[in-house]
Order: sequence, then C-alpha cells, then structure tokens
Amino acid sequence: MSIQDTISNEIATNDVVLFMKGTPQFPMCGFSGQVVQILDYLGVPYKGINVLENDQIRQGIKDFSNWPTIPQLYVKGEFVGGCDIVREMFQAGELQTHLTEKGVPVKAAAKA
Amino acid sequence: MTMKESMTRKLETALSPVALEVIDESHLHAGHAGWRESGETHFRIHVVADAFAGKSRVERHRMVNAIVAEELKAGVHALAIAARAPGE
Repeated sequence: MSIQDTISNEIATNDVVLFMKGTPQFPMCGFSGQVVQILDYLGVPYKGINVLENDQIRQGIKDFSNWPTIPQLYVKGEFVGGCDIVREMFQAGELQTHLTEKGVPVKAAAKA
Repeated sequence: MTMKESMTRKLETALSPVALEVIDESHLHAGHAGWRESGETHFRIHVVADAFAGKSRVERHRMVNAIVAEELKAGVHALAIAARAPGE
C-alpha cells in the first residue's frame, strides 16, 4: 500500500483522526497539544497518529492535504484544519456543531 | 533578507493588507523541535485583507501558506496564522 493509500485508509476507517507530533497522552508539540486538549474537552473519540514515528506519513500527510504544517484534523474523511482553525472553530462553537452534524457524538456543548 | 522581511514583503505584495504583523516567536520555542540557534523558525502572522472576505478559514490559510511556501521549505518550521477580512 502506498503512503497516500495508508492515509486515505486511516481517515476512511476512523471518524476523527488527528495527525500530530507525539501521542494524545504525550504531545510533543504545543500546537498538537492544543488540539488534543480541545478534543479531550469535547469528549470526542479520535485516533491520534504520531507523525514523528514515521517520516513517510509526516511528509505524506502534508502532500495529501496540501497543508504544510502539523497538526491536521480530519473528521469523517474531510480535512478540518490545523491548530489555529480548530481553536477558532472551538471558541466560536463551530467545531461542536461540525462534529454533531457529521454524526460524531460530543460530550461538552459549552464553550471554553 | 531575513525570513521575516521576505514573508512580510510577499504578503504585502500579494494581499495589499490593511493590517499585517509578522512576529518571530522562535525564542518561545528554544530547544523544541525545529528550533535553531539562528532563530527565524517559529512565526505568527496576523493579517487583515479584503482578499479574505467570503473565504473559509481553510481557504484563507491555504492562501497565506502558498504565499510563504518558499520560506516554509527553507526553514520556517511553524506558522500560526490569524487571517481576517476587514470588519471581522
């Protein structure tokens, strides 16, 4: 399987996927850590993929999304954005709406 | 020309922004991945331009990322972006 196929497969088989540096338990970058905090706050189940463990995925996801930086959040196979976009959406309540509309259960409805 | 100067110049040319700040935050990331002694690795861009009106967040970021693509390849490791249309 090519790396692009591997990425396609991950975002097709997991409702919420976060390509990040480090793991949800131990983020290795402040930007990745912010997205982890938001997803955890919302109680959203997600799969974290540590790009630091795989150079092919680290470059592959940048090419796949045409997006030069990590983290990158996917919901139901669609690219949502990086740290700034996720945070802005969360603060505006749009992330919660987006997830709910896509059929992903969200625990916390309150804003930060 | 520094990364900061070249990114500033390119953003001004491409977007004719009504407000633009390119902030080098590399010192805040000293010792982290991607950081170098010479600095100029971690930036924050605040930009307000008519060109963003009616565009989604992802579209706005893609515009900025494309304008500074060379700098991102040449050592700018992290870019925080706030892109607004006037009045937002």
